[in-house]
Amino acid sequence: MQPMGKAPMPMDKDRECEVLGQGFKRGLKDSLKYDLGNALRNDLSNAMRNFLVQNIVPITFVIVCLLAVRWSGKPLAFLLQEVVFRLSRNSFLVLSLVVPVMAGLGLNFGLVIGAMAGQAGLIFVAAKQIPGILGLLTACLVALPLALGLGYMIGKIMNMAKGREMIAGMILGFFMNGVYQLVFLFGIGTVIPFSNKDMMLPSGIGLRNTVELVSVKWVLDELLMVRIGSVRVPLATLGLSAVLGALITWLYRTKLGQDIRAIGQDMRVSQVAGIQVDRTRIVAMMISTVLGAFGQIIFLQDIGTLNVYDSHGQIATFAIAAILVGGATVSRATVGQALLGTFLFHLLFIVSPYAGQNLLGSAQVGEYFRVFVAYGIIAVSLALHSMQQARAQAGLKR
Amino acid sequence: MNLHGDRQQVDPGNPMLRTGLRMISRILNAVGLPRLIVGGFVVALFVLGRIMDLPLQNLLTNSISRFGMNAVMVLAMVPAIQCGIGPNFGLPIGLLAGLIGMVSALELGFSGFQGLMLSMAMGAGLGALLGIGYGLFLNRVKGQEMMVGTYAGFAAVSLMCISWLMLPFKNPELIWVLGGKGLRMTISLSDSFGHVLDKLLSFKIGGLVIPTGLLGVVFALAAAYKLFEMTKLGMAMNLAGQNERFARAAGIDCDRMRVVGSGISTALGAIGIVVYAQSYGFIQLYTAPLLMAFPAVASVLIGGATPKEASVSNALIGTLLFQSLLATTVPVAQSVIGGDISEIVRLIVSNGMVLYALTRGRGGDAADG
Amino acid sequence: MCGYVLEMYGITKDYYGNRVLNDVILKVRPGEIHGIVGENGAGKSTLMNILFGMPVIYNTGGFQGKIRFCGVETAFASPRQALESGIGMVHQEFMLIPGFTVAENIKLNREPLKSTWLAKLAGGRMNRLDWPKIISDSKAALNTVGLGIDEMLPVAGLPVGYMQFVEIAREVDKQGVKLLVFDEPTALLTEAESEQLMSSVRKISDSGVAVIFISHRLDEVLRLCDKITVMRDGEVVASMGASDPGATIHRIAELMVGREVVRPSYPKRTTDPGDDDIILSIQDLMVDMPGEEVHGITLSVRRGEILGIGGLAGQGKIGISNGVMGVYPAQGRVIKDGTEIPLNNPAEAYRQKLAFLSEDRKNVGLILDRSVENNITVAATLVKSMFQKTLGIGRMGIRIRDKKSARKFSEEMIRDLDIRCTGPSQLVRRLSGGNQQKVCIARALALEPEILLVSEPTRGIDVGAKQRILDLLVNLNREKGMTIILTSSELAELRQVCDRIAVIYGGRLVDILSPDDSNARFGMAMSGRRAEASELTRRPTAS
Repeated sequence: MQPMGKAPMPMDKDRECEVLGQGFKRGLKDSLKYDLGNALRNDLSNAMRNFLVQNIVPITFVIVCLLAVRWSGKPLAFLLQEVVFRLSRNSFLVLSLVVPVMAGLGLNFGLVIGAMAGQAGLIFVAAKQIPGILGLLTACLVALPLALGLGYMIGKIMNMAKGREMIAGMILGFFMNGVYQLVFLFGIGTVIPFSNKDMMLPSGIGLRNTVELVSVKWVLDELLMVRIGSVRVPLATLGLSAVLGALITWLYRTKLGQDIRAIGQDMRVSQVAGIQVDRTRIVAMMISTVLGAFGQIIFLQDIGTLNVYDSHGQIATFAIAAILVGGATVSRATVGQALLGTFLFHLLFIVSPYAGQNLLGSAQVGEYFRVFVAYGIIAVSLALHSMQQARAQAGLKR
Repeated sequence: MNLHGDRQQVDPGNPMLRTGLRMISRILNAVGLPRLIVGGFVVALFVLGRIMDLPLQNLLTNSISRFGMNAVMVLAMVPAIQCGIGPNFGLPIGLLAGLIGMVSALELGFSGFQGLMLSMAMGAGLGALLGIGYGLFLNRVKGQEMMVGTYAGFAAVSLMCISWLMLPFKNPELIWVLGGKGLRMTISLSDSFGHVLDKLLSFKIGGLVIPTGLLGVVFALAAAYKLFEMTKLGMAMNLAGQNERFARAAGIDCDRMRVVGSGISTALGAIGIVVYAQSYGFIQLYTAPLLMAFPAVASVLIGGATPKEASVSNALIGTLLFQSLLATTVPVAQSVIGGDISEIVRLIVSNGMVLYALTRGRGGDAADG
Repeated sequence: MCGYVLEMYGITKDYYGNRVLNDVILKVRPGEIHGIVGENGAGKSTLMNILFGMPVIYNTGGFQGKIRFCGVETAFASPRQALESGIGMVHQEFMLIPGFTVAENIKLNREPLKSTWLAKLAGGRMNRLDWPKIISDSKAALNTVGLGIDEMLPVAGLPVGYMQFVEIAREVDKQGVKLLVFDEPTALLTEAESEQLMSSVRKISDSGVAVIFISHRLDEVLRLCDKITVMRDGEVVASMGASDPGATIHRIAELMVGREVVRPSYPKRTTDPGDDDIILSIQDLMVDMPGEEVHGITLSVRRGEILGIGGLAGQGKIGISNGVMGVYPAQGRVIKDGTEIPLNNPAEAYRQKLAFLSEDRKNVGLILDRSVENNITVAATLVKSMFQKTLGIGRMGIRIRDKKSARKFSEEMIRDLDIRCTGPSQLVRRLSGGNQQKVCIARALALEPEILLVSEPTRGIDVGAKQRILDLLVNLNREKGMTIILTSSELAELRQVCDRIAVIYGGRLVDILSPDDSNARFGMAMSGRRAEASELTRRPTAS
């Protein structure tokens, strides 16, 4: 029945029976070892090819980045400095995408909602002029309950839209953007009392677009700034991302992590085994939303200025593009991929306008190019995932 | 929604009340919750506008012209849903085709009615081609068309951004005045074919302006599509989207039907942006088409369509309701709150509508569980 | 220890007024392997659903009778409760997570944990997994079932047969399992794997666990089980020890099928269809229909006959019509009147004057949310361009739907087939099952077929309407001379209307029987054995 589009069998029936018989006699372990050893000895290039195929995305991007770095004509030290800063401010946000992917919810396009919660925290701190680390902590503390509540809501909605979580997350992000604008453009000064008149529009209703985060600007970055050669490294900010990475890895080893992995692979089987699928999915979304809020706070303390109505806009797109560049997929993402992806994507981000200027005489082209890369990588990655799913389903039917 | 709560409190012995409630729920079922809510809003806004002494003719005129501007783009959703690829989130691909058609017509020196027709023809032709390619691509990502389509559209728009900068256009109307490279952000159509359709045979009744040409094009396209629905190809396409397994058993090549639907949808999108631009008076390039698919999707859903079923009347009714809502919000909100709330209303209503459709009707093709 | 692990007395269950179980008694001792055999619809799965307290039972009004588990009267309210009380189930479909290792699957949601300080704050789910214990437990469970594989291998790459064993290992690993239910465990296994499975089952029962073994393979049941219960039409018709002198395949097969068939007196034909006039010749047909694979069938259909295709569910009988019609991928040759019909192309099959009533009436047979008229005429329009008119002047016209002729035809059909509806524009969803089936038949008639392939025409239709549908089919055969290929799980129905009955097992043709053949012959054919041959040699099990 081979030509009928079935998934190829690992071995033909007779051989399978024979191996099976042996397997039971002396354990399959040995027979597998034998096969594996043979394969290794015979065909080492095969393993090489597998590695290339599996990591094709990051490898491609390494090459593109190297070329763009060359064309940009910028000194390495300058680039390194830029990358270090961008890595430090973005990697936390990118890491907050990992858990939902593990839980089978796909890429969290609703990350913008977490970012909105973080911004609400920062607006509070800016209004009250709370300085320093205390200010940052206050922002986190204000954002936390908001993010937990919003995360719960996202999780609920995702459970109502099973199988279309990503589009639901994206649309929910747009929708909440409307609500967010309603709150900060019309709610402040009418329903919500607000004391800091400088931050408000002249009419006395709504916030101005730009809020200078004077009291918390660079607070985290400056906490532990180390100079390595000519490059300044904000160790505290980078350290937080490292801690988060370690925490996520640790989560894998807990019961919750195991449940999250299980539902990510097969909701039905997990349900039958008694795992509370819907609840675990909500927990995963809450974790991601809270991390998104904290990530946005870290991001904005480095930028130093909050654009109330714009800062969160592209957060999800760029974070998702970054993790995909690192080799993650809709159904698989690791801490390493998140960090590698952030590095490569932002390197490309820095150099492409310069490369565009030098190659085509227009920095604008480079800027559009990097946006195209972000959207393109997401489109391609979603398409690839869907093709894989279709193939897996065809295999299951067998 | 409230009905359920009410029903529990109602004294079951009161037959009048019971029949009344049953009638309400029947109306609700027949009209559909989204249409009812949005329709209610529109009526309320008109009433509010009347109370605030706003000129009613202006509100109506505005609603009608916005309806005409947007209807064709919403109509583009119908073939996409009918053929089974669902709401066409990849609409920007069609819009880009229309934009290319327009700037090409201008570059070739056409203007007026001729320019408009040429833009539509070139846009539709290119759109159909792109749509066929897009449909072939979508056949490989079944079940994820919405998400993949959205980002394919985004990627296409950003790729075209680069192209707008690089393409060697010469017409001074099109390129930056101060020697910059590439095409302008917005191109005025006032000297070429701006408002050509709007003004064609338009007349006034009691302060109400009827853009006959514009409405004529919309209804002509709607009628043509209605006719297509009655042909064998149209029937087969509709069947493929409604029940793929039935269609396949009846000998229909469903994948081909999806390509046909995508082609028609994308071509209609191209025509839609030309109609939109002539009404607006400007061609908007670069990132302008990026988010234009979402209001169009929302409109057809408001009109009573689902991601699996849609009709021409869904598109027309939905556009009328949604655009009336937006047209009336601006002046009414201005006089009540004193700020422009229309962008927020657009965000909340259109995305709320899509979200409602996504979370309803579980067990879509991709849903497992 | 208790005398019986499980006692079920007087179990009776109705589904919407249909009695599907009547006064069933089942008793299982510790360490016993108890086989349950029966046709599809005999009530085996309903009985197991009751045992497990499946929601489907409670949503349809519960059941009557008494269940005692370990001497204590119980009625499990949910599968979870049943599992916790010590009943395990090995599913027919694998409940395994492909990306997890064997060990993780064995311990799924029952992972041993080590406490952490965070768990004290944030709850038990923050405890760490105790990997050494996961591994050692899995090893022990795998040893019990006799599968010597590395517990850290991912399940995804294992051969299908192994997955079944992983599943059994999981049930064995559960603490305090007293009763294990195997539902058709060998259905997907090769012969070598089946043998291995049976020795695992014996090993498990030797440790004192009772086993209920549901299978279609009678020879396996006879060799493995200590006791055998035979069910038919919702009743226990026999319960015997495997070593009883009466326990032979022949006798069990007879018991499974045995019921009197009343053949109504249908009008006789002037000439009986014979082998000298073959209308359709199927050669080496293989069909890739999930759950109903066909592995090479050769069959000749006589002009003007009603050919029955019978067999148990999952054996491939349904795949044949679906393969011939191109609904599922197929290979082989199908020749009608000397012309070969290209496979995998439904349109081509229609062109050769074949028509098909699918077993999946609600998805493939009908579009529920469209009108009766639309359902009847749409296929004819698409396949044969019927019910169309030309709009336009002269040659410059397009062909569009002609409502008038479609309306006329569907009104005729409603009258001729006696379809009970408010009119041609009523939605098909609102019709009863029997009337929906008539709409399907009308749709097929619109295509004016020479051969009508009918799959499970009476499934989900109430008793009175069943007979009307069958009579209608016989009428079409006698009056219009239409050749009919009737596939059905209900043997009685086939024996009632067919001229010949082909019995399918394991995706292959076992035998072609006459409706008047003995019950035993039918029973044995349905479990894969040709009657004459079985007395002499054992036929290898098809796989």
